[in-house]
Amino acid sequence: MPSYELNDTIYALSSGLGKGGVAVIRLSGKAVPAALYQLAGLEAPRPRYAYFRPLRRQDGTLLDRALVLFFEGPHSFTGEDVAEFHVHGGRRVIQSVLTALGDIAGCRPAERGEFSRRAVLNGKMDLTSAEGLMDLIDAETEAQQAQALSQLSGRLGALYEGWRTELVRYMGYLEAFIDFPEEEIPPEKLAEIDAHIHTLIHEIAGHLDDHRVGEKLREGFQIALLGEPNVGKSSLMNALTQREVAIVSQIAGTTRDVVEAHLDVAGFPVILADTAGLREDAGEIEAEGIRRAVKKASEADLILHIQNSETYPSVKPLPEAIRSVPILTVWNKADLRKDLPADVLCLSAKTGEGIAALWDAVKGILNDTFGKKDGLITRERYRVALQECVYALNGALGNEALELKAEDLRMAARALGRITGRIEADELLDVIFQEFCIGK
Amino acid sequence: METCTDFDVIVVGGGHAGCEAAAAAARMGARTLLITHRIESIGDMSCNPAIGGLGKGTLVREIDALDGLMGRVIDAAGLQFRMLNRSKGPAVQGPRAQADKDLYKAEMQRCLLTYPHLTVRAGAVENLLTNGQHVRGIIVNGHEVTAKATILTTGTFLNGVMHIGPEQIPGGRYGEEAVKGLTPVLKRLGLNIGRLKTGTPARLDKDSIDWSKCLRQEGDHPPQPFSFLTQDFQPNQVPCYVTHTTPVTHRIIEENLDRAPLYSGQIHSVGPRYCPSIEDKIVRFAGRDSHHVFLEPETRFGKSIYPNGISTSLPKDVQEAFLRTIPGLENVRILRYAYAIEYDYVDPRELDLTLAVKKVEGLWLAGQINGTTGYEEAAGQGLLAGINAALKALGRPETLTFDRADSYLGVMVDDITTLGVDEPYRLFTSRAEYRLTMRADNADLRLTPLGIKIGCVGSGRAEAFRLKQEALDAVKEKLNRMVFTPKELNMLGFGVNRDGQKRTPFDLLSYQGVLWADLVKAWPELESVAPEIAEQIEITGRYQGYLSRQAQDIAAFRKDEGLKIPPLLDYRLIGGLSNEVVGRLEKARPATIGAMMHLTGITPASVTAVISYLKRK
Repeated sequence: MPSYELNDTIYALSSGLGKGGVAVIRLSGKAVPAALYQLAGLEAPRPRYAYFRPLRRQDGTLLDRALVLFFEGPHSFTGEDVAEFHVHGGRRVIQSVLTALGDIAGCRPAERGEFSRRAVLNGKMDLTSAEGLMDLIDAETEAQQAQALSQLSGRLGALYEGWRTELVRYMGYLEAFIDFPEEEIPPEKLAEIDAHIHTLIHEIAGHLDDHRVGEKLREGFQIALLGEPNVGKSSLMNALTQREVAIVSQIAGTTRDVVEAHLDVAGFPVILADTAGLREDAGEIEAEGIRRAVKKASEADLILHIQNSETYPSVKPLPEAIRSVPILTVWNKADLRKDLPADVLCLSAKTGEGIAALWDAVKGILNDTFGKKDGLITRERYRVALQECVYALNGALGNEALELKAEDLRMAARALGRITGRIEADELLDVIFQEFCIGK
Repeated sequence: METCTDFDVIVVGGGHAGCEAAAAAARMGARTLLITHRIESIGDMSCNPAIGGLGKGTLVREIDALDGLMGRVIDAAGLQFRMLNRSKGPAVQGPRAQADKDLYKAEMQRCLLTYPHLTVRAGAVENLLTNGQHVRGIIVNGHEVTAKATILTTGTFLNGVMHIGPEQIPGGRYGEEAVKGLTPVLKRLGLNIGRLKTGTPARLDKDSIDWSKCLRQEGDHPPQPFSFLTQDFQPNQVPCYVTHTTPVTHRIIEENLDRAPLYSGQIHSVGPRYCPSIEDKIVRFAGRDSHHVFLEPETRFGKSIYPNGISTSLPKDVQEAFLRTIPGLENVRILRYAYAIEYDYVDPRELDLTLAVKKVEGLWLAGQINGTTGYEEAAGQGLLAGINAALKALGRPETLTFDRADSYLGVMVDDITTLGVDEPYRLFTSRAEYRLTMRADNADLRLTPLGIKIGCVGSGRAEAFRLKQEALDAVKEKLNRMVFTPKELNMLGFGVNRDGQKRTPFDLLSYQGVLWADLVKAWPELESVAPEIAEQIEITGRYQGYLSRQAQDIAAFRKDEGLKIPPLLDYRLIGGLSNEVVGRLEKARPATIGAMMHLTGITPASVTAVISYLKRK
């Protein structure tokens, strides 16, 4: 991750690019008061108070009349002094104000994500909250929005930080035994630790056993359309997305590569993938398409296995590699055959008949998957760190050597600290001195 | 820099930092002056008559590995030697010794007064000789003495004030005057100065104590010396004793809390949490009705006893009253009352990793002036500052620095120079992330080669080290050639998995409960291995899994430092560097990230920016 000079004052256009009624330019750092004075003529502005001021360049040229706000550190987003200029959203206005800010001593354009980064470094939020903020900005569906808001509020961070703090406490006990052998530390403290570690392992393992629901919700629930050539997968793709995302023709094997579309299904993010039809005697290019189709399907959360109603009820078995993925069998071209049993999911991509029933089935699966759960693991990096933590804790449990047990706990705490961006520093000693009477 | 100065290096102060600083600079071949108030006070133990402990004991071994004095002097002057944490693993053991403080001082003075290249003089330093931000020497008794490098090791003497109840006595230590002239010049040089507090207990008359009421503590048999050079170590050891405070003690102290300067508002500065006064302990741990008191002799034949664990700033009458409630001390005679002391210190963030003051040319600081506490911490800093001041004074281009992965010395210097201090800083093993790697037993293997390279290790030690290293390598090689199948090992009595994996005797040491002695039983030809070599092999064998993981961590930690910076790098292409930083980097053109980190005015954030830029390339 890049890191940047903290002494500089940074600025950036914080609202979207392009023309608009209002654009917000944000500034953070030591030079904020100087910038407010030079640009807006404001001296010692009242914090969190909206001023309407002319903005002028150093040579006196008027750039715009704008709403100006000052947030005094540490009571600001970044924890530093922050100013916001709400200017008229024209390209020339925005550009001229940015240029004027760049002329102020100590100011430079912000790097990507740098405001959030400073908020993390200044302890205004932990890393998971910052990532929740990124997720919120990227959220496209209601469920993603809810998950991101929960994470932004620090819920996940608090869970991990809680575990880590607990670990640091146990480490503190061990370290007290190691560093102060002549002090009167109650020996039952040592016996307690193993019981606590055991409980912690159990809790983290339970948190890990979540079928990756949080990550799926953040990244999108993957549905792959799979089936033999010419059963109408691409027609169904277009019908489901209500767009021409896939090329449709009578020629078997038209779809060569995976085609994806992002959908919002009842508030849940869904990535629908159309794939090449599966057949044995394909040419070189089509065979590659089939290999990709199988790979995509094996990574999917749900396979819609598309069949031709005309061949009902005979079903071609799917390749071995995808047997573990849940499969929903769908009979297409129902307009060509009317005698399928009522409990069979049949539809016509051509006429639209049965599409609503497919959606209902998919929504049912989405609801079962995501439910009303909260506080889930949303990123692979959290998962890896949590697994590392559990591994180290298991090592600590069996270890009779105090210094090695402490080393295992240190590894475990460090793994959790990587998630939230916290490092131990002097915390250990704080625990020791708070809990025990130390000192000859 | 002038070409002709009175000395190459001047060391101000004769405490534990000053002694090592002066000796190290002289060992490097610099013409060195040690100047102090009183020559008889050189090497004095102002507080606890002991050297070493956990972390601290390892640091003493490190000082010794670099040919410093402390280890050899305590080996000659110790009254009782113990390896702390003997029941725990070698990575968290630390040697500690009670000292005969008179003998310690005498031995240290004997060493220094005959040290080649070193001049020792008594005198009160009134001021520094400065030329803008350049220190050119000192003013002592009205005379100018010039040097290319000046090291201040003034301990608690800068504006020191002692508190005994309401009494406030200016002074740097019992019976010695404070230094007033140096704080203003340090402030004028732009240094950030703060104030800290520490304390020392009363001293008691040995003959007035009823020893039958106290628990006796013996030293180790056989004792282990501090110095890697000490041979045939057979000190004549004396016991210490333990007693404890009682509920009555606690009640007396509670009733008089308003008369303790710590609680009356007379003392504002912060004292160490790990060495609290007895009134502190009673307030903070109100639930306890007893605390240990260790009774330690200050000398072999003298009267003075140091009661460890009950330092205080309470008035004299309260001290007398509470001491007499402690079993064994019912009729105690006080030789000297306890006191708290407040003193000025310099924010150690003003220093670089050689302990040179960043914004001043020619000035180094070491010891308690940097906000640390402890003789060992002071001595370690003195050694580091002495070597680097000598390098600079002799016109040599290199510096010697340590990091968190090679030594406790490195951990301490990194901690104080990057984080600063908010209480007197002391080393603990828990401060060292790599403590399994940095042990008391291998300090010489870690550091002596660095010392030989830079020139601070004498030929006697260098030769002894070479022999040890060769012997160790030979045994390692021998063990590597001894390869056995699981079947063979099981027949020898080692319960290893029958997994077809061949193992050496060294591999077996990582199994819980397998010791060197077990190997010797199975392979009698190992019996001839010298004990110190066998110990080394046994410890590294025991920790091998953890050590290789730490080695990976350390390699990752150091990789960035070794990262080369292209000589023609355009720093303006790196996002996030201020013009000021770009200017400094263009001027200095550091060759590596490590070198860049040691430049002045370079923040950690800009270092990471350059690292990530180089890695993206």
